[in-house]
Amino acid sequence: MAKVLVVTSGKGGVGKTTSTAALGAALAHNGEKVVVIDFDVGLRNLDLVMGAERRVVFDLINVVQGDAKLSQALIRDKRLENLALLPASQTRDKDALTEEGVAKVLNELREKFDWIICDSPAGIERGATLAMRHADVAVVVTNPEVSSVRDSDRIIGLLDSKTEKAEKGERMEKHLLLTRYDTARAERGEMLKVDDVLEILSIPLIGIIPESEEVLRASNVGTPVTLSNPNSMPARAYFDAARRLRGESVEMSIPTEKKGLLNKLFGRRAA
Amino acid sequence: MSLMSFFSRRTTAPVARDRLQILLAHERGIVGGKSDLVALLREEILNVIGKHVSVEREKVQIKLDRGDSISTLEIEVEIPSPASPRIAVNA
Ligand SMILES: Nc1ncnc2c1ncn2[C@@H]1O[C@H](COP(=O)(O)OP(=O)(O)OP(=O)(O)O)[C@@H](O)[C@H]1O
Ligand SMILES: [Mg+2]
Repeated sequence: MAKVLVVTSGKGGVGKTTSTAALGAALAHNGEKVVVIDFDVGLRNLDLVMGAERRVVFDLINVVQGDAKLSQALIRDKRLENLALLPASQTRDKDALTEEGVAKVLNELREKFDWIICDSPAGIERGATLAMRHADVAVVVTNPEVSSVRDSDRIIGLLDSKTEKAEKGERMEKHLLLTRYDTARAERGEMLKVDDVLEILSIPLIGIIPESEEVLRASNVGTPVTLSNPNSMPARAYFDAARRLRGESVEMSIPTEKKGLLNKLFGRRAA
Repeated sequence: MSLMSFFSRRTTAPVARDRLQILLAHERGIVGGKSDLVALLREEILNVIGKHVSVEREKVQIKLDRGDSISTLEIEVEIPSPASPRIAVNA
């Protein structure tokens, strides 16, 4: 049965779009039919991270308002045939999205895909609540940093009260994705550790994505990091997270870069 | 900078954790507050009933159920029968 997954965070810039693209590509790579939807109306970026910015003709709002058919707006990925993108509008404002309109599009997508991944905008306003409204599963993207953790706590509260699932009295499946994690700094006590964040937010952990320059490299060329360099640390962490989403049990490891002494001494300067 | 402050400057994460724990305990009460509502109702209901009948705290069950279009608040109060010695004492 199709699953609608929302990638959300409250705080901006923590890695939602990066994670949507990486998880979407990882799931598709494993044979699942996946569509990633950009809910960041007015500030779309998922098209760029996916490398499809020049192929956008119609968008989510066109479909919601009946100006285009879903099949006209969906952009099929050039690398993986079972991966598609539904872009956000760059020009319209988010009030053009209605709850019923979004529900209708999602239901149509449920017929065609196994995973429908909604990239939420930052904040707790309309765009973010619409993105989570019809979700079955939520991935809460959090950085090991006080304001991000606080905002995630807020978002968890909304997932438990303002979603369709919550209102029906059903349990919303929530997972914590800790991103931009720097193991060395956490070990030195400079940054919240995995356990600190888990204890505070108390939702199950789906993955730990290390801070890595691979992520920027991947977005530079418009390829999800799980496709651009599948063996890199962040890609492997995203692949593991995707397998956990599918229900597999994969041992959780805290990513550590194996560095030589010279790298240890001088490597951080470049980071 | 003394040697002490050099070392303590580095471990700021525990401070972050403590501040968050205190802050969020407070914020959850205001924003979410579902369980708090039940606790609050329980206290007030106990008070009201207590004015007229004596009931044990454990004998008052309160359940909040979220439904499709309506939610229900279920209150179950076990009151000792008149024959019970406790009522006699209290009467
Ligand atoms: N693991 C990581 N390592 C290094 N850089 C990262 C990592 N994850 C994300 N970034 C960088 O952080 C920035 C923000 O990422 P991204 O756009 O995915 O966040 P977002 O949560 O979608 O932001 P917004 O709230 O604005 O939509 C980007 O420049 C991205 O390259
Ligand atoms: Mg984004």
